[in-house]
Amino acid sequence: MSAVLFFIAAAGTLAGAIGVITLKDPFYAVLALVGHLASLAVLFLLLRAEFIAAAQVVVYAGAVMVLYVFVVSYIGGQNLASGQGPGRAGTFGAFACAGALVVELFIAVLGSGLRAIGTIGGHVAVGFGSPEAIGSLLLTKFLVPFEIASYLLLLAAVGAVTLARRRGGLDDQGDGTPTISVMDFMRPRPFGTGTMAEGFGHAEALSAAQSERRQERES
Amino acid sequence: MTISWYLAVSALIFAIGAGGVLVRRNPLVVLLCLELMLNAANLALIGFSRMWDNGQGQVFALIVMVVAACEVTVGLGVIVAMHRLRLPSDVDTMRELQG
Repeated sequence: MSAVLFFIAAAGTLAGAIGVITLKDPFYAVLALVGHLASLAVLFLLLRAEFIAAAQVVVYAGAVMVLYVFVVSYIGGQNLASGQGPGRAGTFGAFACAGALVVELFIAVLGSGLRAIGTIGGHVAVGFGSPEAIGSLLLTKFLVPFEIASYLLLLAAVGAVTLARRRGGLDDQGDGTPTISVMDFMRPRPFGTGTMAEGFGHAEALSAAQSERRQERES
Repeated sequence: MTISWYLAVSALIFAIGAGGVLVRRNPLVVLLCLELMLNAANLALIGFSRMWDNGQGQVFALIVMVVAACEVTVGLGVIVAMHRLRLPSDVDTMRELQG
């Protein structure tokens, strides 16, 4: 039973991975990755990692992939790379590199002297991989990595907001080439931009209303 | 199934992800391929954790997932900023730092 499940899940993960790198439309690539992650969660369950499997489905296949879908639909299909790919020789070289990597990893992992990889693993204790076991490890032995991970998440959230914030147009150096400088990130944003109102096309209406109000106040 | 089967699947997924990073030019898809490679590493970590009957590998995998989430957040922020600045979303044309 577990062998059948393993082969189904392994085929799902590999098919999803191949779908990610072959599908032209990035939206379909994201959907293929969702399938890949779901199959991978089954493999985690077979390895008795219940909590990791649940976190994989909820956090990865749920939240992170929704973020991807939002960005794909925000950017749209028209601005995506449309030119020719790396060429026949480049593609062949890339896949030769990937094949060499597979051979190297097989030699390194399967050809190693680890005799235990030929077994199905040791006898697991009751509660192995449960939220309780992982939680007690995280809060006792791995407390410092846990705290550092929370700071890392905070930094990433602040960095993403700073990066994706709407800034006041581009600096032109006279010849029409847009430049990006660090100061772009420091400047206050113009009124009505960087908010939900802008997404719905209300920015002009908002700024018009504001200038009207200012004129009334002056008169 | 023995642990070696899981390690073989992990090696294959990692190589597919590495090939995708080399072949694809859309930065979004390159990020997806990075995810594939991180997930392959996670599968190997959890396989070794099962092999030794030790939960520490699973904690390591959880931290890898946190780092992957951070990488996705910042990467997607960079892609959105590129889109706003009307830069082409093609990793081959991003040569600003090449000198």
